[in-house]
Amino acid sequence: MTDLSTRPASTRDWLLSDAPSTRRQARLGALYQGWLTFRANTLAMVGLVILIGLVLMAIFAPWLSPYDPVAQNLGDRLMPPSGAHWLGTDALGRDILSRIIWGSRVTLFIVGTVALISPILGLLIGTVAGFAGGWVDQVLMRITDIFLAFPKLILALALVAALGPGIFNAVLALAITGWPPYARLSRAETLAVRHADYIAAARLQGAGPARLLVGHVWPMCVSSLIVRVALDMAGIILSAAGLGFLGLGAQPPLAEWGAMISDGRTYILDHWWVAAMPGLAIFIVSLAFNLLGDGLRDVLDPKGAKE
Amino acid sequence: MTRFSPRAILLASAIAVAPLSAAWAETPADVLVVAHTIDDIISLDPAQSFEFSGNDVTQNLYSRLVDFDPLNLEAGFQPSLAEKWEVSEDGKTITLTLREGVTFQSGNPVRAEDAAWSLQRAVKLDKSPAFILTQFGLTPENVDQMVKADGNTVSITMDQPYAQSFVLNCLSASVASVIDKETVLQHVEGDDLGNAWLTTNSAGSGPYALAAWRPNEVVQLTAFENYFGGAPKMKRVIVKNVQESSAQRLQLEAGDIDVARNLTPSDIEGVTGKEGIVIKDEPRGRILYMGMSQRDPLLSQAPVQQAMRHLIDFEGMANSFLKGQWRIHQNFIPEGYLGASDENPWTYDIEAAKKILTDAGITGGTITTKVRDLREYLDVAQTLQASMAQAGLTLNIEQMTGAQVLDAYRAREVPIFLGEWGPDYADPQTNAGTFAWNPDNEGKGSTLAWRNSYAVPAAMQEAVKAATLEGDSDKRKQMYLDIQAEYRANAPILPLFQRVEQAAMRDTVKDWSAGGAVTSVMYHQVSKGE
Amino acid sequence: MTRTAPTGGQALPPAGAAPVPALPPAPGSGRLAATGRRARALGGILLSLALTLLGLLLVTFIIGRVMPIDPVLKVVGERATPEQYEAARQAMGLDQPLAVQFLTYIGDVLRGDFGRSISTGHPVAEDLRRVFPATLELAAMGTLIGVLAGVPLGVVAAARRGGWVDQIARVAALVGYSMPIFWLGLMGLLVFYGILGWVGGPGRQDILYDGMVPEVTRLLLIDSALAGDWGAFRDAFGHIILPASLLGYFSLAYISRMTRSFMLEQLSAEYITTARVKGLSEGRVVWGHAFRNIAVPLVTVIALSFGSLLEGSVLTEIIFSWPGIGSYITKTLLAGDMNAVLGGTIVVGVCFIGLNVLSDLLYRFLDPRAA
Repeated sequence: MTDLSTRPASTRDWLLSDAPSTRRQARLGALYQGWLTFRANTLAMVGLVILIGLVLMAIFAPWLSPYDPVAQNLGDRLMPPSGAHWLGTDALGRDILSRIIWGSRVTLFIVGTVALISPILGLLIGTVAGFAGGWVDQVLMRITDIFLAFPKLILALALVAALGPGIFNAVLALAITGWPPYARLSRAETLAVRHADYIAAARLQGAGPARLLVGHVWPMCVSSLIVRVALDMAGIILSAAGLGFLGLGAQPPLAEWGAMISDGRTYILDHWWVAAMPGLAIFIVSLAFNLLGDGLRDVLDPKGAKE
Repeated sequence: MTRFSPRAILLASAIAVAPLSAAWAETPADVLVVAHTIDDIISLDPAQSFEFSGNDVTQNLYSRLVDFDPLNLEAGFQPSLAEKWEVSEDGKTITLTLREGVTFQSGNPVRAEDAAWSLQRAVKLDKSPAFILTQFGLTPENVDQMVKADGNTVSITMDQPYAQSFVLNCLSASVASVIDKETVLQHVEGDDLGNAWLTTNSAGSGPYALAAWRPNEVVQLTAFENYFGGAPKMKRVIVKNVQESSAQRLQLEAGDIDVARNLTPSDIEGVTGKEGIVIKDEPRGRILYMGMSQRDPLLSQAPVQQAMRHLIDFEGMANSFLKGQWRIHQNFIPEGYLGASDENPWTYDIEAAKKILTDAGITGGTITTKVRDLREYLDVAQTLQASMAQAGLTLNIEQMTGAQVLDAYRAREVPIFLGEWGPDYADPQTNAGTFAWNPDNEGKGSTLAWRNSYAVPAAMQEAVKAATLEGDSDKRKQMYLDIQAEYRANAPILPLFQRVEQAAMRDTVKDWSAGGAVTSVMYHQVSKGE
Repeated sequence: MTRTAPTGGQALPPAGAAPVPALPPAPGSGRLAATGRRARALGGILLSLALTLLGLLLVTFIIGRVMPIDPVLKVVGERATPEQYEAARQAMGLDQPLAVQFLTYIGDVLRGDFGRSISTGHPVAEDLRRVFPATLELAAMGTLIGVLAGVPLGVVAAARRGGWVDQIARVAALVGYSMPIFWLGLMGLLVFYGILGWVGGPGRQDILYDGMVPEVTRLLLIDSALAGDWGAFRDAFGHIILPASLLGYFSLAYISRMTRSFMLEQLSAEYITTARVKGLSEGRVVWGHAFRNIAVPLVTVIALSFGSLLEGSVLTEIIFSWPGIGSYITKTLLAGDMNAVLGGTIVVGVCFIGLNVLSDLLYRFLDPRAA
């Protein structure tokens, strides 16, 4: 038993060692320290727990939801929350709880995809611009400015209109409208490290531009990008809800939280739960992402840290 | 069952503090304030205006040769600027005599010349509603000979001896409004016959003049004191564009508006019984229908068309999300029109549908269609989707903007079209001529039948044609009943519901009329009492 | 992600679109003492502004033509025959090659002609003169509220880090970022207008005041104040306060967070320690020293926050029947009404780029660290 109880302590010591003997130990140690900082942040932990709950909800949706999310019953429409329908029913008599549970899959899909595409696109454009400099930088940044100055709504609407409706195209439109801020951020980070000694050293060792970019510049940008992405997640959800509001997101009968609110707003004065329940779901998840993002910033962002 | 209404909770905890708004208990006694969705107006030129809310405005700015009496719509068209008319012996020419002493809002007298010019102008401009006049054989080339002013009469000569009621119903349409020629001629740009100017200005003899039109915001009308039908009681009419039903309802309850025209069934239910608010139900002419494209391999099979008649939950929808605002109506001529039928034989019966499909050896199929992103359509589509699924048919819905769906529909690419058809003038031909008229199914067309690739049987088309020429109203009515019976039995286009407008208003408002099934809203008879 | 996303005016987290705090001084901007260099820099900025604007128009134009929404249908309506359709298409010049259409449009714009909107029937310039002031007024009020509440909140939160003000500010900001705006809007309308009657209903003013005040700036608050009509002023204020507070709340969330992080950076600087050591009062340290030094980045944050509100927040506009540019552009876009969309894009783009350039200039010329 003593053996077992001492080992975690020694692992901890190994991780927290002042003098890491291998690169791997150093890296893991840094991660672990980050985790310790993060864990100390109660709010961020709350966010994390909520999000883990969301993922579990999405995975186990078929077992968790009490009803078929698309089964209609016009006789039971607009029922207030009750024992049979914990969160009530919507205008077509569908169980709101079941739709929210199934909708978590859609939400995760949207957030996951956008959060993957936008930053990567931005990272690519921003680092290339910052690293190459000169006219490449000029051209890429002008393009970024154009997209930044563009009324976002028009771009997203036009893209969805051009691509055709559907959840996937909505996601794509959001991703395409979302990259410019990431590009500017990556460029700024790149400019900051471009002339750093370690880059020069790598260059002297014969590393080509591509190698430098991927191996030495990108890692420098990643942490601030992650922070920003985490903080943007809530915005992504709300934006997707906005597209749903305009009828360009998820297609019926797919349960998507934004579309559910927009359906429910017709009944907001007398049947508040129809819009409030998915609204609450969006609020909770957005809040969780924001809490998580705030916590991550403390850990990852060296400048804004130590709050 | 308990409803935790946030209103109740908040009301209980509300503390009265001096209000910031200049909260008026009610609108002034001689001003009518209406909340309505008026974002579809693109022009106020009667020769161009073709949208519902555009016609709502032009109806009051202009008078026509014949008009409807808002307090007695059933009586049909009545003498207006024309006090009498007669038809020539061959039935091809109708001559109308103008009322004496009527003036335009500009002070100019209303002359037969103005009436003739207005009709000629509409035909020459050839905008969307021009067909209402050109269907009588008028063309931009011949209209100067066919429509003539002579003294105080105007005569219209047609290519066929059309039924008199058909012609006069068309003359009651907005496109036949009588325009002040002298005023408009001062504002002509190039060969536009004053179209650009009239788009945002008025030159009529109707009960109201246009004071302002700020698109998507407001239309303001001021009373024309010398209106030949008597000075309107409401000196100003203000139509505010309020999109959200809930916002309209809050304003109505607060007394900031007199009439709310776009409340959803749920909000109507919410204001019903509230003190000081009454609801007026008025059947309108719009038909919600479902078109099944005959290009679609599945939908072109007769058994599928028959099965679909049983897959629509008419009662369920009419009693839930369409409640009070759409009534079941399975015929293409709306109630309120000559020849309207109240036979509604189709019932929701999944088993019957299944049996029809099984007997025909159809075990399943998938249809992907486009639906306009209006909540009502989407709800109808989803209900249909659910019941089709029970019969083994898969319906995929792509929701799109109105323009996109219309674009696809015009290209005959919508397998199942859900949409509305609103009559263009107060005659059954306006619907018969589109639901059951498709002279060239292989070529180009624009009727509903064509857009659904429905080759209307020759016999039915002949009957439709004959009905426009039948002078005897009773016989004409029977002809339409027969056409619709045949249509109900076999056509792939299914009329489903007829619109009922539920206007919620302060109980001080008297004699409100949205124009019933046959025409547009009229304000001059409206008054506000105690 | 973008700060003004399709939800319309949903303020997103500090990440936002604001590039300034992350934007380092441009290379070579370290010593900008010479006026000639400043002038050249200015010239460069103006040139890039023009290019950006042109690019913006080109992209809008292409999108408009690629989009499968047919503007002709809006003009001719549902019933049109193929012949009427074709005639209208030619009349609108849509049968011309794209390049010709674009050059014609640019030429017209340079002559000051924005064309006529097909979905409102009015000249686009006239529409824009009507809808933009509505948005400008709302955005200005919203930003004002956001600044008045957000800046002190941020400063105090930083000065008393971890204290209750800090916690409240953090929660207020997080909640602000996470709320669907139309839910808040409708509820606000229900409570403050429907039940309490404290504020005016949807729209910019009561019908009784409509057209009563001479139009000068088309900003109702200013126009009514100029005319000395305090009844109209009160009415306009009662109508704007609720939507402006909502937008202000989202600005507040953003501005207070940014203020806080700028302040924290300053407060940990050495000169602050020196000042404290010298025995200055905490109030003077915070407001007199640290706050003065964050003025420039703060102004740029505010400018950008204002800029994103100027795009118009469609949902707020719809709920409050506010005839602003956001719903104007959306509506015309969905009708394929490209004259109106392009006109609106020019206005929004000029504002956004203008504010961007302004904050850039502020940074370059005024920030002590960049000089």
